[in-house]
Amino acid sequence: MGFFSAITRSSFSHGLHPPSHKAETAGIPIKRMPFAPLLIIPLSQHIGAPSRCIVNKGDEVVRGQPIADASAALSVPIHAPATGRIKSIEQVTGARGTMETAILLQVYDASSQQVLWRNPVDPASLSSEQILQAIQDLGLVGLGGAAFPSHFKQRIPDDKMVDTLVINGSECEPYLTCDHRIMLERPEHLIAGIKLAMRATKTRRAIIGIEDNKMDAVNVLQKHLLNEEHISVQAVKTKYPQGSEKMLIKSLLNREVPAGGIPLDIGVVVNNVQTLSSLGQLLPVGEGLIERVITVTGPGIKHPGNYRVPVGTPIGFILQQVGYSGGVNEFILGGPMMGPAVSSLETPITKSCSGLLVLNEPGIQDETRMIWPCIKCGRCVSACPMHLNPAQLGLLASAAEYQQMADDYNLNHCFECGCCSYICPSNIPLVQYFRIAKAINRELAA
Amino acid sequence: MSKKPQVELRTTPHLHAPQDVVVIMRNVVFAILPIAAWSIWLFGLSALMLLVIVTASCLITERLFTMANGQVNTLGDWSAIITGLLLALTLPPAFPLWMGVVAGFIAISMGKVMFGGLGMNIFNPALVGRAFVQAAFPVAITSWTPALFEERFSQFIPSTFTAPFMIPVTLDNWNLQYAVDGFTGATPLGLQKFDGISTPVLDLFVGNSAGSSGETSALIIMCCGLYLAIRNMLDWRIPFYIMLGTLLTAGGFYYINPQQYPEPLFMLFSGGLMLGAWFMATDMVGSPVTPLGVVIYGLFIGFLTVIIRLFGGLSEGVMYAILLANAATPLIDQYTTPKVFGHRKQS
Repeated sequence: MGFFSAITRSSFSHGLHPPSHKAETAGIPIKRMPFAPLLIIPLSQHIGAPSRCIVNKGDEVVRGQPIADASAALSVPIHAPATGRIKSIEQVTGARGTMETAILLQVYDASSQQVLWRNPVDPASLSSEQILQAIQDLGLVGLGGAAFPSHFKQRIPDDKMVDTLVINGSECEPYLTCDHRIMLERPEHLIAGIKLAMRATKTRRAIIGIEDNKMDAVNVLQKHLLNEEHISVQAVKTKYPQGSEKMLIKSLLNREVPAGGIPLDIGVVVNNVQTLSSLGQLLPVGEGLIERVITVTGPGIKHPGNYRVPVGTPIGFILQQVGYSGGVNEFILGGPMMGPAVSSLETPITKSCSGLLVLNEPGIQDETRMIWPCIKCGRCVSACPMHLNPAQLGLLASAAEYQQMADDYNLNHCFECGCCSYICPSNIPLVQYFRIAKAINRELAA
Repeated sequence: MSKKPQVELRTTPHLHAPQDVVVIMRNVVFAILPIAAWSIWLFGLSALMLLVIVTASCLITERLFTMANGQVNTLGDWSAIITGLLLALTLPPAFPLWMGVVAGFIAISMGKVMFGGLGMNIFNPALVGRAFVQAAFPVAITSWTPALFEERFSQFIPSTFTAPFMIPVTLDNWNLQYAVDGFTGATPLGLQKFDGISTPVLDLFVGNSAGSSGETSALIIMCCGLYLAIRNMLDWRIPFYIMLGTLLTAGGFYYINPQQYPEPLFMLFSGGLMLGAWFMATDMVGSPVTPLGVVIYGLFIGFLTVIIRLFGGLSEGVMYAILLANAATPLIDQYTTPKVFGHRKQS
């Protein structure tokens, strides 16, 4: 410990240090958000086939009861977050601005926090195959933002070997502290979840990677892991985007996920802290994933903090609860670097949403911000964690050379972390250029 | 909710670093001002006039071209001011003003506008302007006057107000009249090269010697450059590797024959090397973006400078060294492109 270990702490190269803004919420214990009168539960909250609705308009459901089931292998069920009546099944505006099907649940005033539908199992008796099935039955997806169905991620194909389970507690996005609070408040759930995931993936070793701005979490977990020889905690440098799984693997294991590949290719599976904490909490008692912890913060919020929010709660309701002052705001689901801004206050919190960030006028970028020509300062090149050349890609994008961007400059390796746009002194919206280029390339390929 | 909520939609990332182009450029201008002030202190009214006129020439040229091309006014990005100031600082203080106007016009028109404006130029515009007047007015650009002459704040050097397209008066008589003892009308580099007389390194470091307006004080230039480097507005690696390249190359020659070749520290602190290394070579537009590229670029400039100074026809080589390195930058960038994350090293 101490200074020496702090400067030699392992990390990936490049990246940057945006202001963290975590102090506003990091010290506040998780509180429970009350039920909104109407919950909006989209059927597609995960990557893969949308869930299949199994209730009808007018049905009464109890808290925890499945209301949609997995429609395919890469799909998960959805459970009712509260007791109430199905008001309708209709098209709503989703977080990305597109229309999607959702179940609207009218919550009974008397709905209690008690989960009334559950399917408890004894985890000790389960085989790894049965654990995977149980994970799918929980409706568990990656809660760090990716929303990839967890059972699918833990299912290791026969031709692959996994030696290390990496647990991602880096939480590198500014403002967000929900994973931090979970590690502090629910270490036993996290550890139970890690053990289940290790059995499901048949791995012998697990490493929890935590950015070194959360040394309290590192210490708490180390205390709880004194008797665990296969699970360890490792502090990594606080640097954005440390929480990207490729970056974290590089930092912890010094392995690089091959270009175009996934962590599985180098024997690693990465899970987010809250995902495994939910697994450890829910699987033994057999409850579905019906709520999650999100960070509600930003300059537009009077009572920032971490809240346990039922899935489907519209963000307008949350704003009422946390003292939102109104005005011109940007509402961001997740962190400010990668989270989408939503177009409507009806937008619900879904399983993969890690935060609600409200930036007000001074925090929002000035609309009239001038875009200057690229002055080839190279800051984007020194920031890109994938070691691409965003400046060159940006020039090609303005010349509409989208195919060349992909063929010669590795456009498709870009995971849109936002480092280049953040640092660009010419205010060039590089990430947006790249998104457009990728979309056009996809369309041309199809 | 006291006010009606109004939803703003933006794309990610929603945060942005505080430094933008204008902030950077403005700070570069601020960092050049002390150097300009020192040149005015050394050379008086003529240096002041030259700074003002050359900078004005650059600004007016840029505005005329943007107007002629129907483009928006780009003077607000402060980059033309940088070009003007730097160009003036590389000229001899006695340089006739009309030639300064030509230099400023060429710098902006052929150095910058012709390539497409800010960010598109291949060469440092100030050096393009200087290279032009070096070729066009070889006598005027090598007519040096002594620093700190007594009446510098009450009278201009006679050649300053040469009428346009006229040959300036020679300064030999004037120099005899006003110069401090022993001034021969040559810079330390010229003395070293053509007469074999060396100037004490300390004089060069502090800067009270003859030379171009703003090139004389290594100390002030380094301080101003460091200010920018600390604020992350200047890539410190470029001047570092230029100085290293200069020391290594000059050191090599000095080691071979100390009688014939000047000592490395003299090379480092004389002529335009400091100004070039800290403020011209670091022009972001013309320098490489890759980490290894920056090293090659810097060492290359240092090496070329010494070679030109020792074996070329001119006593000064920084200008051409930087221009050549500017030209090599795209190639350097291409060959030093870093390995993309997840790609195996090419075997």
